[in-house]
Amino acid sequence: MAATFHGVGATVAALSSSSSSSSPSNSFGSKKLLSSPSRSFSVRKRASFTMVRSEGSMNFDLNSKGRRAQQLIANAVATKADSSPASSSSKPGHELLLFEALREGLEEEMERDPRVCVMGEDVGHYGGSYKVTKGLATKFGDLRVLDTPIAENSFTGMGIGAAMTGLRPVVEGMNMGFLLLAFNQISNNCGMLHYTSGGQFTIPIVIRGPGGVGRQLGAEHSQRLESYFQSIPGIQMVACSTPYNAKGLMKAAIRSENPVILFEHVLLYNLKERIPDEDYICNLEEAEMVRPGEHVTILTYSRMRYHVMQAAKTLVNKGYDPEVIDIRSLKPFDLYTIGNSVKKTHRVLIVEECMRTGGIGASLIAAITENFNDYLDAPIMCLSSQDVPTPYAGTLEEWTVVQPAQIVAAVEQLCQ
Amino acid sequence: MSLSHHHLNTNILPTLSATIPTPFPLVFSAPIVSFLSFIFSSPLSLPSSPPIFSPFPSSLPTRKKMATAFSPSKFAAQPFPLNTTSQNNPLTIPTTASPFLGSTRKLIRLSSSSNLNIRRRSGTVVAVSDVVKENKSKSTLNLLITKEEGLELYEDMVLGRAFEDMCAQMYYRGKMFGFVHLYNGQEAISTGFIKLLKQQDSVVSTYRDHVHALSKGVSARAVMSELFGKTTGCCRGQGGSMHMFSREHNVLGGFAFIGEGIPVATGAAFTSKYKREVLKEADCDHVTLAFFGDGTCNNGQFFECLNMAALWKLPIVFVVENNLWAIGMSHLRATSDPQIYKKGPAFGMPGVHVDGMDVLKVREVAKEAIGRARRGEGPTLVECETYRFRGHSLADPDELRDPAEKAHYAARDPITALKKYLIENSLASEADLKAIDKKIDEVVEEAVEFADESPVPPQSQLLENVFADPKGFGIGPDGQYRCEDPKFTEGTAQV
Repeated sequence: MAATFHGVGATVAALSSSSSSSSPSNSFGSKKLLSSPSRSFSVRKRASFTMVRSEGSMNFDLNSKGRRAQQLIANAVATKADSSPASSSSKPGHELLLFEALREGLEEEMERDPRVCVMGEDVGHYGGSYKVTKGLATKFGDLRVLDTPIAENSFTGMGIGAAMTGLRPVVEGMNMGFLLLAFNQISNNCGMLHYTSGGQFTIPIVIRGPGGVGRQLGAEHSQRLESYFQSIPGIQMVACSTPYNAKGLMKAAIRSENPVILFEHVLLYNLKERIPDEDYICNLEEAEMVRPGEHVTILTYSRMRYHVMQAAKTLVNKGYDPEVIDIRSLKPFDLYTIGNSVKKTHRVLIVEECMRTGGIGASLIAAITENFNDYLDAPIMCLSSQDVPTPYAGTLEEWTVVQPAQIVAAVEQLCQ
Repeated sequence: MSLSHHHLNTNILPTLSATIPTPFPLVFSAPIVSFLSFIFSSPLSLPSSPPIFSPFPSSLPTRKKMATAFSPSKFAAQPFPLNTTSQNNPLTIPTTASPFLGSTRKLIRLSSSSNLNIRRRSGTVVAVSDVVKENKSKSTLNLLITKEEGLELYEDMVLGRAFEDMCAQMYYRGKMFGFVHLYNGQEAISTGFIKLLKQQDSVVSTYRDHVHALSKGVSARAVMSELFGKTTGCCRGQGGSMHMFSREHNVLGGFAFIGEGIPVATGAAFTSKYKREVLKEADCDHVTLAFFGDGTCNNGQFFECLNMAALWKLPIVFVVENNLWAIGMSHLRATSDPQIYKKGPAFGMPGVHVDGMDVLKVREVAKEAIGRARRGEGPTLVECETYRFRGHSLADPDELRDPAEKAHYAARDPITALKKYLIENSLASEADLKAIDKKIDEVVEEAVEFADESPVPPQSQLLENVFADPKGFGIGPDGQYRCEDPKFTEGTAQV
């Protein structure tokens, strides 16, 4: 299977073409930023020969790319994506929205392996509340794309039982928050049964769903469950943020023998990007370098990546050079990519949508301090959401979540 | 309306699904009478304190008071009149009849009427016991089991009992720790159900799972080693008493939280249906049995899974081991309607009540229920009335339960009853059974020796099975996957 490294070019391009608003309807153009397509291809190719050991030499190439990117950024604040070929691979790639990318990944895996099935509320005839499973029930049948009654704890447990006995279910929580009802099964059975059975039963289940703060959805529909689940031993957690990594992570999660929780975000479903035609997956344990830089490392994931990139434009114009890493793997952390970045920039800012207390950022601070304390020139800063149930009012909701202006201010403070 | 008499007729079965909801045959016997009378005369619910049990329920003055509260019209096993105007007292069953009457199959052949008529039933009850007595000297054709089956059942129950008794001994000697829940008294259910399964069928249990694992075929040494926490245990010592798993024998656990295993069992049944319908393995008829207790029947997961199993006609049997107590909580104090079998028809599946101290009755009902599941007719809810002779766990002083209640059920020990049946029906001799007892003692002793001599898990085992794919531990600061770090395999790595 072709395990291509995440497209460095793609993410660099994303920076340049993101519009000023933080709305999710950004249109991501092609990976046009790289001046020579063949160069980008070779970079990706060099990186793709192994998923296990990311070569340190990669960073040098990234730096040069980053500088080139910088020159163009000042001009490319609001330019639209042009339609040059997406990748330098032989096929041109195709453009789609993030939810379509998820569906494509799911569909390809279901075609590839007849044991892959989907379970969830309204995934079948309704096509999924965010249309991720649209059309799949017609294609694969009602048993493979199973509409369940509203019983999260039990159908998640059912998915676990099915996984133990040979199937590969993908369980959808209509909203991640609903999976709180399935916490019993996720914690006790999903995470633990492989160990408690002495390795006899594997649980290759994927639990996915949209979470995060949306547009005035109210407190209960705006939850970030990654912080609640992160202590559960035996599970992996990943968060997707672009159509490219959404499809890649979905496929990797389905193929993985471990139970994986895939966090999607309600506001990112309509992101558009051009992705390769060929089969690819994204490594579940690796982080993604979004924008290489020199001055400060900004670690982020999911929706906050876009707030960070927006802030990055402002920062670049002010003369800073932030390195932005989308950590993607929330459990376990990719300490190699993160560590290399810390060793280079010596300053870390974490921007997340989790609550302050006990969130992913808190764990990340602990991990970085434990492993890279000597490389830090300043204390790690962490910008998280307020420890507040997300209010309904738009203004209040805006203040609970980290905004680009706060990111800019934090970087300025960090880099003094 | 109930078709209790006719359910066991095979020609009726195909129509069973069309007559939902219908209670399944409710086998009854004097012990059930005792059970009912126990309920009715429970000191917790009545101001007076009549005897807790009696072979003559008619002698209980308070019975009638409580009868209407239960609306037992659906509960076909009413061997006593609901009101004083009933035709006659059906319970002139001679007290000398062994509490072990076998199945109602004979009832069907003998009874020609489809009416649920108490008098007629009483008549047939008497007839059955007569038939049983008459046939004692005849061939075994009219009996429920062959000699081989009988000995197999006996051996399995004795293994369960001997094993659990040895567990208690070992626990008090400090060889096993934690929470250990023993199954003494309930062996008829495990043996009655699980001995009808194939290897590919699955069993899901609760924390009271040693005997389920043994009945399914997990070796006694593997279970004992697991209890001792040795690396040769069925789960490498990582599970313990409450988490018995076996891939080879399809024992899917062993769950500590009640109700937690029921969705897992539903999932295993879903896989069976999926294999047949999506993967086109046409002969896949694997059945899953989910065992759980009376306390679990008040839990949401139970109801959610009854719904899903009936909705999709999953090949599963929900077996309720109603031993009347959830640690110290009496079933009657916790449940608005204590008749659990009635909850089956509410979801569109048959609900059966059976005497769980009688292995042959359990086996008959189990055959029916498992047969239904295999044929794709959907799930069944079977409530087995049973009792645990010991406390909830070895840490439970068991002071709350009435000694008279315990004595009553001790008199209905399933092993003693089967022994009596085998001997009275000339299926086996005392010598045969004693030989089995001795053999089992040796098996259990050997299991203890094996467990004693087995090694404890080394530190390197600590991180080994956390992930099926150990890449899940992530990439360390040096760029290598943590699982490739040599210290990882020593169990000393930081993760």
